[in-house]
Amino acid sequence: MAAEPAASLPYRLTGHVGRRFVQAVEEFGYGAALLVESLYWIVAGHWLNQPVRLRVVAAEMIDIGVSAVPVVAILAFANGGMMALQGIYTLQDFGAQSQVIPGIAMSVTREFGVLIAGIVVAGRSGSAIAARIGTMNMSQEIDALRVMGIEPVRYLVAPMLLAMLVMMPVLAILADAMAVTGGGVITSLKLHMALPVYFDRALAELVPSDIGQGLAKSFVFGVLVVVVAAGNGFIARGGAEGLGRATTRSVVLCIAAIVVADMIFTLFLSR
Amino acid sequence: MPQRTSDSSRPVIEVEGLRASWGGQPVLHDVDLSVEAGEIRVVMGGSGSGKSTLLRYLLGLHRPDAGTVRLFGEDISRLGRRDMLALRRRIGVSFQGGALFNSMTVGDNVCLPLREHTRLDEHTIRIMSRMKLEVVSLAGFEHLMPSQLSGGMVKRAALARAIVMDPDILFFDEPSAGLDPVVAADLDALILRLREAMQVTIVVVTHELDSAFAIADRITVLDQGRILMTGGVDEVRNADNERIRNLLTRTATDTEVDVDDYLERLTQGVGPQ
Repeated sequence: MAAEPAASLPYRLTGHVGRRFVQAVEEFGYGAALLVESLYWIVAGHWLNQPVRLRVVAAEMIDIGVSAVPVVAILAFANGGMMALQGIYTLQDFGAQSQVIPGIAMSVTREFGVLIAGIVVAGRSGSAIAARIGTMNMSQEIDALRVMGIEPVRYLVAPMLLAMLVMMPVLAILADAMAVTGGGVITSLKLHMALPVYFDRALAELVPSDIGQGLAKSFVFGVLVVVVAAGNGFIARGGAEGLGRATTRSVVLCIAAIVVADMIFTLFLSR
Repeated sequence: MPQRTSDSSRPVIEVEGLRASWGGQPVLHDVDLSVEAGEIRVVMGGSGSGKSTLLRYLLGLHRPDAGTVRLFGEDISRLGRRDMLALRRRIGVSFQGGALFNSMTVGDNVCLPLREHTRLDEHTIRIMSRMKLEVVSLAGFEHLMPSQLSGGMVKRAALARAIVMDPDILFFDEPSAGLDPVVAADLDALILRLREAMQVTIVVVTHELDSAFAIADRITVLDQGRILMTGGVDEVRNADNERIRNLLTRTATDTEVDVDDYLERLTQGVGPQ
């Protein structure tokens, strides 16, 4: 049989792009199916004698949320401080340094608080969830669950989703508070302003919808982290190397998904 | 919903014309299998014979390309989610590597099916799990993590978890793999004791001849995705089939190489264009 003619570069390139596109659509569909199935078990599990156990949800809340508190607090505090420094430096040319306070208050509550919380959770839990489910997959633990009559999505993913839906908003509010405080410490030092005065002004500038925007985003970020990380865990193949790849991919995709979702949100909510 | 009581005259496992493939490659070709209640059936074959794949289809982990798998008379690919969950409570599986949950203690591993499927109080669950750990001689080890157990102990702990719901069918995937001969013989004896004590149907997938001959009522020999024969231990021992004789006498099979085919496989897609 004659050898097939060599594929030209544009042909191979188009083929590669096409395959990646199909793979991306497939993974998107898989993630959506994971989300729908998790929600199904959360709602209907009780009637099917497969309830989502609150004990497991509580354990996940500690793992996903409580353990992330120190990192979120430090990062948000430092970020608020940096925003204050840069804001004062930029605004002093116009003699409007004091306008840094509404700037910090609004950008933190609408944008950066939840973004910091999301990125920390994506880094911590995005890798941990993918690694845990991937390891279970490779050591046949997922098969063991299924043959025991325990649905893996109900037992593993649904509790994570519930825990995330509770803890992401909490972490987002913590990040808001710490970032505003960080900004306040720097502002009070630089502008010789008492902290209570700073807080009074910051709070006066905020309306409930500012915080609401951040909270709405936090739910979406939480869902994205769970779905992307769990999806990467379930499709992990190829031993330790495959697991490492899936974990890294999970973190990168979680952060990318959060940033893109944030941009889309901001686009619509800032109109 | 599948009923606990089943027609005793009917085989508990019936496979008809099962065909399956992985990545486009056929791995099971029209497999027929029938296992009677209370029987110990060994599915034997070399590596790549399709025996582990067959087990995965018996467990309902995949949908067949063609054919049916019936457990307790129910076609498992037609069962709804709820019925499938109910059916799975009637089977126990001991996986090759144990598949114990590494984040839980041995005791919690054994308790898990009871916690998930029953409304028993925690004390009763603990007592029941200890009873099963006693059966597999692991009493007192329930506080250990799976990583702290030896290979044989992992297999026995997995067995305790598999029998904790008192299943009607027990599946074993390579129970003796990776164990020394003494521990493997202990496990064989344990499988026989379990059948006596629990009147359970047992399906064992293995390539270990000694183990197969020690425990089997009937043996199904699988080769390249096809069933070569099913029969009693002596029938299999005395079989004339060359592939079975090779398996029994550990003789390497010579494969005739077609030179043109071989060269084509080597050069396909990489030759000068």
